[in-house]
Amino acid sequence: MDPVILSRWQFALTTIYHFFFVPLTLGLGWFIVIWETIYVRTGNEVYKRLAKFWGKLFLINFAMGVVTGIVLEFQFGMNWSGFSRFVGDVFGVPLALDSLLAFFLESVFLGIWIFGWETVPKRLHLASIFLVALGSNISAFWILTANAWMQGPVGYMINEATGRAELMDFAALAFNPRAWLFFWHTISAGFTTAAFFVLGISAYHLARNQNVDFFRRSFRLAATIGLIAAVVVGVAGHVQGTYLLEVQPMAAAASEALWDTADPAPFTVVAIFDSTGKRETWSLQIPKALSLLYFFRPEGEVPGINQIQAEYETLYGPGDYVPLVALTFWTFRIMVGLGLLMITLGAYALFLAVRNWPSKWARWLKWIIWVIPLPYLANTAGWVLTETGRQPWIVQGLLKTVDAVSPNLEAGTVLLSLIVFVLIYAVLIAIDVYLLAKYSKAGPDAEKQESVDVAPSVVGAQG
Amino acid sequence: MSTEFLQTLWFILIAFLWIGFFFLEGFDYGVGILLPFLGRDDQERRRIINTIGPFWDGNEVWLITAGAAMFATFPNWYATLFSGFYLALVLMLLALIVRGVAFEFRSKDRRPTWRRTWDWMIFIGSLVPAILWGIAMGNLIRGVPIDASMNYVGGFSNLLNPFALLCGLSSLLIFATHGAIFLSLKSEEDIEARASATAKRLWPFALTSYIITVVVGFLATNIFDQITVIQIVLLLITGAALATAGWLISRLRNKEAFITTGVSIVFSTIALFASLYPRVMISSLNPDWSLTIYNASSSSYSLKVMSIIALIFVPIVLLYQGWSYYIFRERIGRESKLEY
Repeated sequence: MDPVILSRWQFALTTIYHFFFVPLTLGLGWFIVIWETIYVRTGNEVYKRLAKFWGKLFLINFAMGVVTGIVLEFQFGMNWSGFSRFVGDVFGVPLALDSLLAFFLESVFLGIWIFGWETVPKRLHLASIFLVALGSNISAFWILTANAWMQGPVGYMINEATGRAELMDFAALAFNPRAWLFFWHTISAGFTTAAFFVLGISAYHLARNQNVDFFRRSFRLAATIGLIAAVVVGVAGHVQGTYLLEVQPMAAAASEALWDTADPAPFTVVAIFDSTGKRETWSLQIPKALSLLYFFRPEGEVPGINQIQAEYETLYGPGDYVPLVALTFWTFRIMVGLGLLMITLGAYALFLAVRNWPSKWARWLKWIIWVIPLPYLANTAGWVLTETGRQPWIVQGLLKTVDAVSPNLEAGTVLLSLIVFVLIYAVLIAIDVYLLAKYSKAGPDAEKQESVDVAPSVVGAQG
Repeated sequence: MSTEFLQTLWFILIAFLWIGFFFLEGFDYGVGILLPFLGRDDQERRRIINTIGPFWDGNEVWLITAGAAMFATFPNWYATLFSGFYLALVLMLLALIVRGVAFEFRSKDRRPTWRRTWDWMIFIGSLVPAILWGIAMGNLIRGVPIDASMNYVGGFSNLLNPFALLCGLSSLLIFATHGAIFLSLKSEEDIEARASATAKRLWPFALTSYIITVVVGFLATNIFDQITVIQIVLLLITGAALATAGWLISRLRNKEAFITTGVSIVFSTIALFASLYPRVMISSLNPDWSLTIYNASSSSYSLKVMSIIALIFVPIVLLYQGWSYYIFRERIGRESKLEY
């Protein structure tokens, strides 16, 4: 086996896994901020209970995000030393900013939030969770800035003597339009993930008539945020897609399986590929529709895979510059399809909440628990699309993935670490889901007995 | 600012981040290692964990920041070190993963086996890094096989040489002592007494191990071939601090003892980085193949950007992190509210 392939699998799996936990953190933190703000302003205890109940789930999820995040930072150097040497000058800067501006903020203030319910003044406690939520969003910005640079390098120069990319313009890096598009798309996806998480769990209890007042409040907020966020994801995604056409035409063409340049270009609804994943055996197309989607008029040239391939060969020399089209095509459709479904579900949920729970419609509530996985699938599909659409490049146009791997790594070593990570991650996801399910089901009242807030004397007596 | 100045500045700043990391995480590793032995029942173990509860994650960020800062300012150092120490770091990551989730998960279920399991995870997750960081630092100073293109060419077993293993033992014992003293300062009654007694029992081993490590380093490696007065002074301060710690512990002056174990961690790390300078990774194959702050660094523009960032944000971080220690300055006793 090839250390490059194994390293790619390991990076893909550990990154996707990490990204199971991140979006929920990005959004749910703000839910808690909202509830705790209302609690501090009105003194209404129910909002404290809302903050505490959802806060507990937030913490279980957060812990997984933290520990799987360290793996990523180490892996750039461990498996991708060629990449690290080449890009460290540029890529390392947002990563360091991530630590200094975000990780410290999150970890220190989360400590204050967890342990400070009784110790610190209410406003300081509220400020702590606010800073945690802010920190997680700042963190998303910097890591997306780093990733956006890989998709389309800006503000750099190649040093001929060392053969490495060097940062020339920090502002260009930090105000990279692509990074900001990524940011709004990802943050709104985070809010969507959190909203559907809250919706699903709230609906579970509402369908059983448990803690109705409590869960109606969380359901209402989640429906509102969920609908808005799901629409924003779509809008930001669309803008990002049209931008992609300009700056990464190959990724755009591959996500649409558009083989040849066309004006007007047809939209492929579904397609079947052969085993190489790079040839189409059958497809269903709507004429002119792709041009319409990109330019809002039934004309306009969209470059095709074959033409871009030819262009890249003259530009970068012979080679295969086509990503795995079957994967980009289908992940794109899964992501968009789920996005549209979530907008519909968000509208239904908001309708329920606004119309005061008409029983005719409310009987569907028990099914809403199953909406929880939807944003997770969409997030994963989007992530896979972005990362595989760029292949064979690790840094678009500058460095190929095959040249980025650590040259001293042996296949057996990587295989060992890959197996180890898969095993431990499998165990941990089982435990994580078990705990999330347990605390979700238990509801806010069970918190007093089940949670960690057991009076010390009681536990002492048990011990 | 000249490039050489910036390179030296960043070498010092990275050393500073590692020093901060070892000083802070040193005691929470120590507490984690002592947890199964000093906590006699579930409630006692929870009290012990709660002494580091609000802090351990923030302490760990020092490591993340050190790694990211190396990536940004010395990409070749980061790339060579992390790809070279691959399996050791996989092991480290596993430990940090189980340790991190263990703190959060242990109290989420009442079954005693569940809690015991996570307690042992905290133990392993603290023990393994406490040893591995010592081994890593030992190899850093001893030199490792690095070829002309800056790649590590030794295997995993190459890292397990006697000198590095001794460094691992020393870091373990020093962290454990440091942790025991910290625990004695943050706990009450039985646990406080037990922690003090443990520190008293541990420090002679820490000191002995440290002395043996230095002697073996002197005899069996060439790290002291060009020893300077400054290095000797730094090494002596470390030893003296450890000895003083023992004396202070026996007089139950634990606050001062905590400072002295802290001093020993700080000065041994300074000694290490001072011996490296201006190299960052020593090639045991050919001195010319060593990585230095000159051939491993980023461009001066990146270093400048990073300097401005560090100048603004490091003081802010130090302030609020320090303040969080002030907020949770109370000892954890029987009546304290336990979160983990």
